Order: sequence, then structure tokens, then C-alpha cells
Amino acid sequence: MRTIKAIIASLALFAMFAGTSAQAKVEIQWWHAFGGRLGELLDEQVNKFNASQDKYTVVHTRKGNYSETLNAGIAAFRAGQHPNILMVFEVGTASLMAAKGAYVPMYQLMKDAGQRFNPNGFVSAVSGYYTTTDGKMLSMPYNSSTPVLWVNKDLMKKAGLDPEMDLSTWKRVGNALDAAKAKGIDMPFCTCWHSWVHLENFSAYHNIPFATKSNGFAGLDTELAFNSPVHIKHIQTLGKWAQEGKFKYMGRRNEAGKNFRAGECMLMTESSAGYAGIKKEAKFEFGIRHLPYYGATEAPQNTIIGGSSLWALSGKSKEENKATAAFLAFLSNTDIQAKWHQDTGYLGVTTAAAKATKKAGFYESNPGTDLAGIQMMRNKVTQNSKGLRLGSFDQIRGIIDEEMEGVYNGSKTAQVALDSAVKRGNVLLRRFERANK
Amino acid sequence: MEKRVFFKGWWLPALLVAPQLLISFVFFFYPSGQAIWNSLFLPDPFGLKTEFVGLDNFRFLLSDPYYLASFKTTVIFSTAVSVSSMALGLYLAALADRLIKGAGVYQTLLIWPYAIAPAIAGVLWLFMFNGNIGLASYYLKALGYEWNHTLKGDQAMFLVILASSWGRISYNFLFFLAGLQAIPKSIIEAAAIDGASFWKRFGTIVIPLLSPITFFLLVVNIVYAFFDTFGVIHTITSGGPEQSTTILVYKVFSDGFVSQDLGSSAAQSVILLVLVGILTVIQFKYIERKVHY
Repeated sequence: MRTIKAIIASLALFAMFAGTSAQAKVEIQWWHAFGGRLGELLDEQVNKFNASQDKYTVVHTRKGNYSETLNAGIAAFRAGQHPNILMVFEVGTASLMAAKGAYVPMYQLMKDAGQRFNPNGFVSAVSGYYTTTDGKMLSMPYNSSTPVLWVNKDLMKKAGLDPEMDLSTWKRVGNALDAAKAKGIDMPFCTCWHSWVHLENFSAYHNIPFATKSNGFAGLDTELAFNSPVHIKHIQTLGKWAQEGKFKYMGRRNEAGKNFRAGECMLMTESSAGYAGIKKEAKFEFGIRHLPYYGATEAPQNTIIGGSSLWALSGKSKEENKATAAFLAFLSNTDIQAKWHQDTGYLGVTTAAAKATKKAGFYESNPGTDLAGIQMMRNKVTQNSKGLRLGSFDQIRGIIDEEMEGVYNGSKTAQVALDSAVKRGNVLLRRFERANK
Repeated sequence: MEKRVFFKGWWLPALLVAPQLLISFVFFFYPSGQAIWNSLFLPDPFGLKTEFVGLDNFRFLLSDPYYLASFKTTVIFSTAVSVSSMALGLYLAALADRLIKGAGVYQTLLIWPYAIAPAIAGVLWLFMFNGNIGLASYYLKALGYEWNHTLKGDQAMFLVILASSWGRISYNFLFFLAGLQAIPKSIIEAAAIDGASFWKRFGTIVIPLLSPITFFLLVVNIVYAFFDTFGVIHTITSGGPEQSTTILVYKVFSDGFVSQDLGSSAAQSVILLVLVGILTVIQFKYIERKVHY
């Protein structure tokens, strides 16, 4: 009898302590868009943080793809049920920036929490995207990548081409595609993320504006400008390749990646972050090259990023904001960043992480993985190559995709399609400007 | 002869209709009122600020050629889905009605697809016609036909019509079969004795006697094609390519929940509300007159 009493007493005591310690822990929510391998790696980061200290608990939830995550976050905000941290892809950046009051700016969050945080530790080509014109960082860069050219070396050989041949310009790529088609290769070229690679990055790379007002960085009264002769020439070329069966359209997002990994597509333009999947699945020898350009411009400028940053949403208690600050600072530390960079093919977004990766000899043992970083930082950025800051941009990308589909299926010329995309996109920019005055 | 029941006093009838009134208010009048109200504003996505813009949302919509094109898309899509699923449903019902052995098995198998949710049906068809791994697209390619519904609008349209009609055939089959079985055999036998051929009997006896069911199915199928095919379109094409499969309801969703343009989305809901109202009036005023009960 006595023993039972003792057991009950100790259990009660234990429960009391367990209760208090659980109460003392501050729990915060993080909504993100990563599943599959990336989701596992993200989960690992969260577990590491939760195990590293006993004050805070981070709970992460996947809310679908990038667009769905953003929309879930916005809808939750309207209902007052939003998470502490929301992952927003680069396309949604302008929408969040304009929504003053919906977020706590990163510099403010860190300052209020007394968290040591160095915004200058980030690569400027990346952090510039999320920083105001007067140098205040609003959100924290998380995953960033840039488009590169992926090469299936086995198919190159089958096409009678030297797999190490020069593919730096679109003209040379065109020649390679001709040869491949002549040898009966079914899918010489494919691409993911059409607007991102062939218009947005294309503009920055050739140092021509995608939109006026420094691609929207200098004001909401920006207008689209991607219907210049150089743009038209490139899209027309893609259209011609599609008609001749050298370029196969597989979808708007990264659907073509499947064909490349299956060894069907010879050359593919896709994010450098395609690395994780290609390395895992490809049963052929692959290579990574810089994104091609047109020889007419002397040397390519730099490419811009895609990916996401983390926003601290407003309306949370001081304690929770402290937890958010601690977690975000943890994510930006060198070990976490270097591992993320090497595992995924995303860029090393802090200078220290890039250095650590180089020091570990990762680039030598994995040739080509440093190209994305070089390509992004090869030149001093210009107002055309800093990035994009356009409202309603997810919708505008949809419009661009639609119009480009018209070029690929031969129902429109590049001129007509791009003019129409600019016109339709500008209507949305004006609407966004009006709603965010 | 109609039966009428009279209540003494007012509170019992009021109490009896109250649940229905409450449901109508909560699920119909309140949201519609909100849609009408919201269609006059231009809010930012987060709901932090909003501006009264009068009828600007409607002006913006009606000057958008893609919005106008989506009316045409909707008409083509709903006509194709209703007509093809009803015709096939009737055909199969006529065959099953004549079965003597194993009717139950056939009927069960034919009704089966109705149990599949639209979104799942969409994914099933998508797998079959997927450019990478689809069996159908593989065999089409072997026959020399290039299938790529992500790029070709007419193929995409065909695929969403196919996927939307498929489950619907079962539903129509079920109603037509019930209708056929309700037709007294004696009438048909009398006509047969008089020497009327199968088609003659079908055209002059069966079709007119089926007209109440046909009318009911027409209304239900059009409502289905308008509103319930969302899952199919979302999973197969997301409205593309070049908005060639964006029907009106899908556009309400994609402008409101993908693009966060809630003002325009609300205005579209209001237009849709008016449109469906007109359609219902037409159906009951003009088509129902030709129905023999």
C-alpha cells in the first residue's frame, strides 16, 4: 500500500514538473513549402534547433507548393491564425514588402530580441533581394538558387558531339541541337521555369531591363519591358526550336526535370538546386554549365536568384518573437548553411558558408557545383541585374507562361506574345499600385 | 387532387421552416451579400487596407479579353460534358434495360465510376495521358499522334471533358435506367404488335416518357459542369494552356485564391450568380414546358 502511494505521489510530482517545463517552453510555428528530400533536410534543421536549447520549440508544417504556402499564409493572416514564420518565394517578395504591418522587419525583430545577427554576413546578391533601398533587411534569405545549363554527356556522345564542347552561347547550343536532331535524339532541349530562366534571368544576364524603375526596386509605378528586340529574338528562337522538334515543352514549373533525370533530354536549363534530384536519380554522366547567352553582348552580366526567404509575421507576443529571432539566427549559422548548400545545390547564402564549403574541398569532388555561385557574383550588379520587385508577380508569371505557350505551339509570334504579356502584366501592376498606395 | 394542411396560429409553421431559412441565410444570403459588397472594393491581399472603387472591378473584368473568352470556354465545356455524358448514359441504360442475365453485375459496374471524387478522377486520367509516363500518350505516339496537353489547348479541353464526363455517365445511366424501367411494358408491347420498329418505339414512346428525367438531368448536369468540375480542371490543367480550359468558376478561384485579387474575384462571383439565375429561369420557363409528366 505504501509503495503504491509512493508511486502515485512521485508520478504526480513528475507530472507537475513535466507540466511546468512544457509550459515554460515557447512554441512557434513555421509554414513552408518543402516536401521530399528538401523536406527531410528542413526537418533535420528544426530538430537540431529544438535539441540545441530548452527554451523554444519550433513546429514546422508543409502547406503545399510555394504559391499555396503563400496563399495559406495570407488567408491565415486575414483570419488571425497565421504562423510566426512564413516561407515566401522570391516572386511574392514585393507583395509582402508592400503589406506594411503584416510582418516584423528582420532588422527590427533581431534588435528587439537582442539577438546577435549580422546582415552583412549574407552574400549581397542574395540579401539585396530582401533589403530595402536604404539598407534594411526585411526577411531572412533561406534557399536561393540560379539557373544553369544541365548536360547529359551520354546523349551528347550519342549525337556525335564532344561532351565537353563549348556551350556558352545560344548559337553554339543551337548547333548542338541541330546535330542531336539529325542523329534522331528525341528531346535535344527542355527547360523548367520558363519565365524565370528565359525572361527574368535572361534580362539580368544581358543587362537589359525586365521592367522600368530598376525592375521595380525604385517604385510601384514600374512597367514591364521584356518585349525588347533581344528578348523577342530569344523567345522566337525557342519557338522555332519547338516547331522543329528540338525543344519539347513539358510544363510551366519543373516538370522537364523528370525527363532529364530519366535520361531523355540532352540539354536542360533548370535551377542549380536541381542538383539533389539529378545526383540521386541520373543513371548517366551529367555536367553543369553556365547559362548560355547571346554573343552580341560582350560578356554576360550576372544571373539572379530564385528561392525563398523567411518572414516573421506580425501580431505575435514578445516572447514568441524572441523565439523566432533565435531560430532564424540559428539557421543563418555557418554549419547549417554549409550543409544546406552542399546537400541541395542551393547557393551558399552566407559568405562564411561558401568559404567553409570550399575549404572542405566540396567543389573539387563535385565539379560544377560552384558555377551557380560564380555566375551570380561574377560582376558588380547593375540596376538590371539586382533582381525583380514586382507586385502581383505570381499572376504576371502566369500570364507570361500562357503567352509563351502560344509561341511554342506556333499560334503566336514572339513579338505578339511578349507585347501582349507586357500589356496584360502592366494592367495588373497598375492594379497592385492602386491597392497599395 | 392536392392535399393541403392548414396550421392554426403562426409559431409552429415558423418553427418548422426556421431551420431551412437559417441554412439559406447562413450558406446563401450572407455569402452572396458579402460577395456583392466585396465586389465594390479593391482590398490588398492581407486585408490591411481597402478602397471603395464602385463598379471598377466589373469594368476591369469586362475589358479583359481572357475573361470574355472564358465565357465561351464555359459554354463549350458544359455543353460537351452534359451532352456526351447524357447521350452515353442513355445508350448504356437502353442496353442494360434489355439485359436478361447478369443485369445486376453490369449495372453495378457501370455505376462504379460515380463513386470516384472528381479530383481523383482527374488524377487518374492525367496519369494515362501524362507526357512522360502515360499509357494513352505512349500508344498515341506509337500511332504517330503527338499528345501534349500541356501545350495544345484542344487536347487539354478534350481531356478535361473526358475526365469530367466519365463519372457523370454513371449518374446519368442510373437515372435513365430507372426511367426506362418505369415505362409500362404494355405500351411498348402494344406498339410492337402494331408493327413499330425498335427505333420508332424509342423515338415516339420512350423519349417523350423519359422527358421529365431528361430535363432533370439536363439541369443537374449543367450545374455539375459549371461548379463541380473544379477538381478535375485543377488537377489536370490548372486552367491552361493559355487559359484554354479556364471556365468561369476556375477563374474565380485562380484570381481570388492564387492571385489574391479578392475584388475581382468577388465581382466574378456576382456575375456568375446573375448568370446562373438567368439560366435557371430560362430552363424552367421555356424548356420545362416541353416536358410531359
